[in-house]
Amino acid sequence: MTGAAAWLAGVGPYWIAILLLALGLYAMIAHGNLMKKLIGLNILQTAVILFFLSASAKWRATLPIVPAAGGAAPPSAYANPLPHALMLTAIVVMVATLGVALALLVRLYRRYGSFEEDVILGRME
Amino acid sequence: MSGILILALLGLTLALAVATLLARDLLGAVLVLAGYSLVLSLLWAAMGAVDVAFTEAVVGAGVSTVLFLAALLRTSATRTAPRPRVRWGAAAAVAAATAALGWASLDLPAFGDAGSAPATHVSPRYLAAGLSETGAPNIVTAVLADYRSYDTLIETVVIFTAGVGCWLLLWREPR
Amino acid sequence: MIQGHDSVVVRTTVRLLMPWIQIFALYVLFHGHGSPGGGFQGGVIMASSYVLLGLALGRQELDRLISEAGILRWAAVGVLAYLVTGIAALGGAGALLDYAALPVPGLPAVRLRYLGMMAIEAGVFVAVAAALVLIFLRLARTGEGEEP
Repeated sequence: MTGAAAWLAGVGPYWIAILLLALGLYAMIAHGNLMKKLIGLNILQTAVILFFLSASAKWRATLPIVPAAGGAAPPSAYANPLPHALMLTAIVVMVATLGVALALLVRLYRRYGSFEEDVILGRME
Repeated sequence: MSGILILALLGLTLALAVATLLARDLLGAVLVLAGYSLVLSLLWAAMGAVDVAFTEAVVGAGVSTVLFLAALLRTSATRTAPRPRVRWGAAAAVAAATAALGWASLDLPAFGDAGSAPATHVSPRYLAAGLSETGAPNIVTAVLADYRSYDTLIETVVIFTAGVGCWLLLWREPR
Repeated sequence: MIQGHDSVVVRTTVRLLMPWIQIFALYVLFHGHGSPGGGFQGGVIMASSYVLLGLALGRQELDRLISEAGILRWAAVGVLAYLVTGIAALGGAGALLDYAALPVPGLPAVRLRYLGMMAIEAGVFVAVAAALVLIFLRLARTGEGEEP
């Protein structure tokens, strides 16, 4: 690859992650519908996971499972396992947050009859 | 790792994220989110993060979608969200934050660099000594369950708390 | 109340598939040390099998298998299994969650750490499966009537 293409390949995945983060964040602010806000939160969380995994990837490396019989390759031949473990935790926290958020949304709908933020705020008066 | 595959999947991810957020029908948005999660899990498998890809596939494209649909289909009378107004102040703030992050990301190690700081700090020790110290060839499981066991303990408590939270929030729900 | 699917093909297929899905979930749990997998993935697959049962065969079938209070106890059992393994290491004069110090006689440190990992992964499996099934059960109710 030429110099410019190599530089772009080196920083591209981070930029995509940042772009997704911005999309999720703006969706959480701009959408009035609570469900769309929740979807924006989901996208924001997955963008952070993408960011960490981009930092752990290695060219010409395989997945971090060493052969059980021995004869393992040097560590540079395996992807970095530490961010993978952290991001596993992050995904489980993602689904936990989603469960509680959906329960809150269902309660709000039962009480105020809408998923729209301004309608709910209006009916709260 | 195949660069073309990762590039294609990154593009698809971005397109699906935009599609999810632009969709005005909530049911359609949730289903596109399931597709987004699936493409994301393929992307992570392409980057070599197979455990994370496995979890994202079962959680994002599986359980998470069902939970969304369960909440949506029993509550929403009008399933279409009205077109959101463009909030210029928020858009400007998010754009400024994005530009700052993008500028800061220039200091990050290049994608795929095997000599970067995260790859040469403590991870080589886990990779070199994981099998002989813990008996598990899957180093991610060894890190998760042995070396970083505190995090996993607290995470288990978090998912339990979420279950209890849902149980309490929807306590007096009609059958 | 989720009614279940009309088609007999769907209902029969789900009835036949469910045990295999659960065996696969257990396989993912126990083989997590050597292939991608582990407690979380297995737990979510286990929860998915019950969710599939509820969606295809209806809420009443699911209620015959699971009660919500019982599921909450299972989730607590999972977390407690994790904690007990960690605290047992304290009893063996080690740090919390230091599996090499588990008070099981006659095993080398590598074996003890492996067994400790397996014990906590099983706890995580149970906790995650139970919590996700509970969240689904609570979210997926409709109709009239009160239930504490």
